[in-house]
Amino acid sequence: MIKDAHNKTYFIWTLGSLLIILLTLGCQRSKAGITVAGSTSVEPFAELLAEEYMIHHQKSHIYVQGGGSTAGIEAAISGAANIGMSSRYLIGDEKKLHAVMIAKDAIAVIVNPKNPIADLSLVQIRNTFSGKIKSWKEIGGPLPPIVLVTREEGSGTRESFQRFVMGKEDISLEALVQDSNGAVRQVVASDLNAIGYISLGLVNEQVKALRISGVEPSIINIDHGKYKLVRPFLFIFNGEPDGDAKSFLEFVLSATAQKLLFKEGLVPVLPNIAQK
Amino acid sequence: MDFKEKIIEKILLLIAFSSVSVLALITFFIFEQGLPLIWKIGPKAFLLGEQWIPSKGLFGIFPMIVSSFWVTLGALLLGIPLGLACTIFLCEWTPPSLATLLRPAIQLLAAIPSVIYGFWGLIVLVPLIRNHLGSPGLSILAGSLVLSFMILPTIITISEDSLKALPPSYKAGALALGATHWQAIWRVLIPAARSGIVSSIILGMGRAIGETMAMIMILGNAVKMPTSFLDSARTLTTNIGIEMGYASGDHRQALFATGIVLFFIIMGLNTLAIFLSRRRVH
Repeated sequence: MIKDAHNKTYFIWTLGSLLIILLTLGCQRSKAGITVAGSTSVEPFAELLAEEYMIHHQKSHIYVQGGGSTAGIEAAISGAANIGMSSRYLIGDEKKLHAVMIAKDAIAVIVNPKNPIADLSLVQIRNTFSGKIKSWKEIGGPLPPIVLVTREEGSGTRESFQRFVMGKEDISLEALVQDSNGAVRQVVASDLNAIGYISLGLVNEQVKALRISGVEPSIINIDHGKYKLVRPFLFIFNGEPDGDAKSFLEFVLSATAQKLLFKEGLVPVLPNIAQK
Repeated sequence: MDFKEKIIEKILLLIAFSSVSVLALITFFIFEQGLPLIWKIGPKAFLLGEQWIPSKGLFGIFPMIVSSFWVTLGALLLGIPLGLACTIFLCEWTPPSLATLLRPAIQLLAAIPSVIYGFWGLIVLVPLIRNHLGSPGLSILAGSLVLSFMILPTIITISEDSLKALPPSYKAGALALGATHWQAIWRVLIPAARSGIVSSIILGMGRAIGETMAMIMILGNAVKMPTSFLDSARTLTTNIGIEMGYASGDHRQALFATGIVLFFIIMGLNTLAIFLSRRRVH
């Protein structure tokens, strides 16, 4: 009997301490640091910069998360993230936030490398994505119907594409919808008839970036303002940046970091880096 | 002693209730977030509207409701014959040594993460469909095929249980009356286990409607009314999954409202399954 009672006390203590452990687990943080969250277009570049930054600043840790431009801006407002990442300009109420442009990115219209088409005009691209042009034959390509690939509603890349290319026209509802640059690239890379748009920095040998009315989407053309499909990559702060966030921003705007971004296919904000 | 017993009882009660209250909280949250939008644009415009263009304030989910049912129907058309054949084979013909190998294998199907199914579908099925049937390949057909594999474990395990629960006298009686083995199965055992089999199918259907990750990867997610099994489609779940990252304001509420519709569909299916499996007792 006595042993039994012991067992029960023991049981209660174990259960109690387990509960306490479970409750406090959520409050733990492995390392102090700052969180950078937002646009999935900026995310891979921010990760790269964060890694580079942490090599030189061993004490601080930078957590990079995706979620999208809007989520990033909201996170900056709510304080869930120290820095929000956005691949679109701020609109409406958001304008009261502190935004710093860290680079410019172009949107490339991509097709399968086996597709003979290499050049389309803006109007042709608009009519293709609005569904007016349904077959590659109409714009000098192979026969089969065009497979449109677009991003989901709310995506910064889609928003920029809508503004630069579509204007008031809607993207056809027939279009396949993929939820990341990588997924769009994957579909276009595997489908001869597909056409899509992604961040220029993420174009690789699996897909072909089209010239738009003869203008190659190159860094020089973007810098000279010839290639028009260009959007900003922004860091968003709620108020003036301070502490680790400030020091990370300073690093991102430094020549080292800007050179890194240039190598990855972005257009740096420091003018003299893009020249060379 | 008595006091301690009481405390333990209360602690366990608290823990049990906390898991149920999570369900209540989620339900409350979905409705609290989604209902205002449904009232704002009108239940009819929401449920029967054919255009989903959040940037223009158009939130019609009818194409997604239809797509969800198309994909699920396709999965059932492929999954039920396969599942039933497998169940009958497992119960009636499989030697015990083979069954000990087959049963865990089938249960393992349920343990494969859905992203793996999706990836496999994307890499293997989608190009097959594109090259042989035309269309971009990202289609209802591809989705249904993958789902039919995903619902197999649900259909097989539950209908096998219901077949096994039958009194042995059913089969013995049928055989004694001169029925062949197959006649006994088809005319006696299957009809007797009908309610269990039907509820296994309904639970499989619930699984199919609820699947998200694999479907995002292979359905193509176009927001339009499907007209053939080779069309790309967006189901209710994938609509939430694909757009939640960027949604804010009305758009986000509309996604929660999509969740409400899903909630009712899944509740309906589960209630039906419970009701049917209870009837078996009589």
